Amino acid sequence: MTVQKKKTSLAKRNWQKFIRNRMAVVGMIGLFIIIAACLAAPLLTPYDPTFINPGIRALSPSSEHLLGTDRLGRDIFARILYGGRWSIMIGVVAAMGANLLGAALGCISGYYGGKVDSVLVSIQEMLSIFPGTLINMLCIGFMGKSVRNLLLIFTFTGWPGVMRIVRGRILSLKQEPYVESCRANGIGGTSIMFHHLLPNTLGPIIVNSTMNVAGYILSEAALSYLGLGVPDNVPTWGNIINAAKRLDIVQTLPMLWIAPAAAICLFVLSINFFGDGLRDALDPSSK
Amino acid sequence: MQEKEYILRVQDLKTDFKVGRKTVHAVNGVTFDVRRGKTLCIVGESGCGKSVTAHSIMQLLPPNGMIAGGSIDYYTPSGACETLSDYKRNGSRIRAIRGKEISMIFQDPMSTLNPVYTVGSQIMEMLKKHEKVDRAEGKARIIRLLGELGIPNPEIRYDQYPHEFSGGMKQRIMIAIAMICNPTLLIADEPTTALDVTIQAQILDLIRRMQKNYGTSVILITHNMGIVVEVADDVAVMYMGRVVEFGSVEQIFANPMHPYTKALMKSVPVLGMNKDRELTVIEGTTPDASTVFTGCEFAERCESARPECFQRFPKDTVVEAGHRVRCLLYEEGGKSNG
Repeated sequence: MTVQKKKTSLAKRNWQKFIRNRMAVVGMIGLFIIIAACLAAPLLTPYDPTFINPGIRALSPSSEHLLGTDRLGRDIFARILYGGRWSIMIGVVAAMGANLLGAALGCISGYYGGKVDSVLVSIQEMLSIFPGTLINMLCIGFMGKSVRNLLLIFTFTGWPGVMRIVRGRILSLKQEPYVESCRANGIGGTSIMFHHLLPNTLGPIIVNSTMNVAGYILSEAALSYLGLGVPDNVPTWGNIINAAKRLDIVQTLPMLWIAPAAAICLFVLSINFFGDGLRDALDPSSK
Repeated sequence: MQEKEYILRVQDLKTDFKVGRKTVHAVNGVTFDVRRGKTLCIVGESGCGKSVTAHSIMQLLPPNGMIAGGSIDYYTPSGACETLSDYKRNGSRIRAIRGKEISMIFQDPMSTLNPVYTVGSQIMEMLKKHEKVDRAEGKARIIRLLGELGIPNPEIRYDQYPHEFSGGMKQRIMIAIAMICNPTLLIADEPTTALDVTIQAQILDLIRRMQKNYGTSVILITHNMGIVVEVADDVAVMYMGRVVEFGSVEQIFANPMHPYTKALMKSVPVLGMNKDRELTVIEGTTPDASTVFTGCEFAERCESARPECFQRFPKDTVVEAGHRVRCLLYEEGGKSNG
């Protein structure tokens, strides 16, 4: 009667469930290609995305400038690749910030209950009933345009969603006998909350985070298009579209808005497919 | 002297629960002692306050429960007296005792382990919480204990997750978590109720062996008289939040005095008992916990109840050294004798 050394098969089973979902795999490959292209930007294009060259203004696509140049003579392809770095970074960091904050608050709210819970839930409700774009615009107006401010605003207005998810899970998890067992063995409340309960809610948090990355990239694009996102010298996808606000540019330089819009669409679509697949794979009730 | 002999003395413990506007006296004046290195069994039906008593000792009551009176004195091996009933629930003093000096095993081993961590890391957490050991030394100690608890291939099992264990094996892990810091008192709250009979015997055997090897005192909560006769040194029979009879296992089994104890014994088959004896059923059901009594709580179901039993509360009567019973029948007998 020997027991073979066997790694836990849970991760493997989840991975197989994920791989079987074709759209999720497509999404994952899409994500991989876009992120790799953005990271390898210096290898793919020789141009500097911020270098202004009046000699080559508003060129059409050619073999030299794959997507043409904008009205200041900057290569659009280079701007999209380098802009992707910023856009994706903003999406990922903001999603991480909002989910970390939301998870921590959800934990505290669900575990302690009582007054703490009702205060946090009220704040959460107040934030949720406010239109997101409006509150972001107001905050940017007060704090000024910068990448850092944008990340802070996304974090502090984005936590209610994940907080609700985590709070609900903790409310049911804290009734589990292993919580009582932990308490009976002298483990403190903070450790029970963050070390024992939080990891049990990791599945929904991961799924929510991936979905949020897409959401924040869209929010950033919308704000930047309105001129209220990141400063003009930072080439994000939203900022590139911002240059195509005037009707004559929309008609004469179609690549200026088609290309970044396509980049945003592809990335968001990929991440949504990926997130859906992740949710199905991590959901223990789906086979 | 007492401090040497006893490890835990519970005096007139009262625990109340607030249910809506009503207050339920779940434990109503419980008194018992646990002798050092011995096993005390607390027996009784469901809802008689056994578990609440255990939770009171550990200050683990839910938010709507509170200790309303009495005292729980715990005597540390060094002889100091810690009055657990005065400690703040979840305060640092009780947390230092939980797991280190007094630890607890629960009824349902299926869900008392956190599914996201390996069992090894969960035992390690307890060990590191209460003792300063480095990882390698701690791991060696845990693996040794797992082996001692009859877990095959402890080195491999150490890195496995709870879902890879069967119920009996999980309960062994729970015992490992409870025993890793060598507690002086182990409270086992119906540790075998969720397990099948063959595993039950193994787990009980294990608890007994650990007790012998480490000199641990044990409070075993059960409703099974068969378990009591096997493992107990002392027995406390509880009914409706009170100890109705307390004594050594010999006293209780050779000479059960309280009508409830007698009825309990007749209702449970015990290994080796006379084949022709019929099992009897205690008439009626346990009254609702919020019932207000004017007399003995058991009177309604008692075969030997007298009119007087419904009118006043019985007092604890010592019938012989270490054997006391809370019943009017003996109260009077005691008086007339003395």
